[in-house]
Amino acid sequence: MINKNQWEAVIGLEIHVQLSTNSKLFSGASTNFGASPNTQACNIDLAMPGVLPVLNEEVLRMAIKLGIALNAEINSPTSFARKNYFYPDSPKGYQISQMDKPIVENGHLDIELEDGSTKRIGVTRAHLEEDAGKSLHEDFEGQSGIDLNRAGTPLIEIVSEPEISSPEEAVSYLKSIHSIIRYLNISDGNMAEGSMRCDANVSVRKVGETELGTRTETKNVNSFRFVEKAIHYEINRQINEIESGNTIAQETRLYDSQKNTTRPMRSKEFANDYRYFPEPDLLPVILDEEFINSVKETMPELPNEKKIRLMEVYKLSEYDSSLLAADKDLANFFEEVTKESNSPKLSANWIMGEFLAELNKENLSIVESKVSAKQLGVLIRRIEDSTISGKIAKEVFEKMWASSKDTDDIISEQGLQQVTDLSEIEKMVEEVINKNPDQLEKYLSGKDRLFGFFVGQVMKASQGKANPKQVNDILKSKLEK
Amino acid sequence: MSLSDKELKEIAYLARINIDENSFPSLKGELDEILGLFEKLNSANTDGVEAMSHPLNLSQPTRKDEVTEINQREKMQESAPLVQSGLFLVPKVIEGEN
Repeated sequence: MINKNQWEAVIGLEIHVQLSTNSKLFSGASTNFGASPNTQACNIDLAMPGVLPVLNEEVLRMAIKLGIALNAEINSPTSFARKNYFYPDSPKGYQISQMDKPIVENGHLDIELEDGSTKRIGVTRAHLEEDAGKSLHEDFEGQSGIDLNRAGTPLIEIVSEPEISSPEEAVSYLKSIHSIIRYLNISDGNMAEGSMRCDANVSVRKVGETELGTRTETKNVNSFRFVEKAIHYEINRQINEIESGNTIAQETRLYDSQKNTTRPMRSKEFANDYRYFPEPDLLPVILDEEFINSVKETMPELPNEKKIRLMEVYKLSEYDSSLLAADKDLANFFEEVTKESNSPKLSANWIMGEFLAELNKENLSIVESKVSAKQLGVLIRRIEDSTISGKIAKEVFEKMWASSKDTDDIISEQGLQQVTDLSEIEKMVEEVINKNPDQLEKYLSGKDRLFGFFVGQVMKASQGKANPKQVNDILKSKLEK
Repeated sequence: MSLSDKELKEIAYLARINIDENSFPSLKGELDEILGLFEKLNSANTDGVEAMSHPLNLSQPTRKDEVTEINQREKMQESAPLVQSGLFLVPKVIEGEN
């Protein structure tokens, strides 16, 4: 019997984030996703003889923003290094990366745990490097097709300290990084398209041990859910290996999401000797105070600051604020809706309820929503000012989603206004009472629960448009006569 | 400092250079001479001297984030031995698969 409680996991994450620049890290070729193969690979990306890299200034700004958001030091000078390896999707035979003087160093990030507490995770460093091209192995008899459009796209690799203790913490850390890069507008963070990729370093040790166990690096994990599953699998695998008397090999493993396992990559002898040395084609980069300050001035509100403001300004709960603030677009949408509705709590409920449900159903992002913030805001205002009931509002919302017509037009076209005319409701109440003599008798003889039946009948008669509170009041007075 | 045959083989493999074993003795001699120069450099007193990664004491110039390159695929692929559907074809290499 294996007692899992005797073991603890030590996890560090390396996150590659593609920076959303217009052009590449060292060339003026476009970085657009999805272009025809090799149409965005220029002579620098192809490593033609005699070309020299020229550094994209925007990349420095983006890295500095990230460094500020991660409470880190910005190194000046920061310098580039060559990481040497041969692979067909890297025509130079080396990748320009950073080694000794990464642009960002010694930061930290506070993540939220499931019990609501926070934990500080150290960020060792974040360095700039070039992305590689893509190899396509299918469709070519015994050969690989190489597309170099992605070669030279700027990446920033964010390396955490091994201070993460569970798969759940790893996901929370990854989500925080994702949220920050989206707020900073330095990457779209799209994991499915590879704009954000995660490698997990995992080792296990007996509780109380101070020395680290042998770690493995699991690559190829491209969704939040897979990160959690891959780390779970790897922790259990390592515990089982050690418990059955085996040792853990320090190796790189690949996550297979279909089988939910990790398996070792072919470990070539000396394959990991990258023989880094300073990049002779690039001078060290001096980041003067003036430049760093000019970047500081462009810092947007960050997720944690946004959360606190949502709680203070809109009096939302910590839970609601945290959910809304996790996604920049969602938080902005909420503020736009509330501007129109004047009702923060109801707006938050609608956004996290009907609105997100509809988006998820059609697999749309917030910016692709078929209902605008203004439309939804007006809809909520119409609930607040009693023009329509909450139930009818759902109907209007569905119609709005399908037609993109405005709230008020749908309400008036379909005659969905709430009936607040007392005499009209009275008439309906009387009709319902007259039509149901049996129920009336039973109610009067003490079956109080039948009150709900009468309310239901009146609402039905009004096609849901009667104001429920008025119906209640009138029914009560009529029935008690 | 002197290179072993094993080290020489490793370096050649990493650099993807085929070396004839017959040339090992002469190559090792030449490389040992170069390494000797580094040992000489290492013996210099560098206390208080800041490490440099480049001989020029300048900051790297940068460029604006603008797309300045146009699609020149056809021209770029003129010198490629094999091309198909816009892709460069190379002998099959799959990292991490057996």
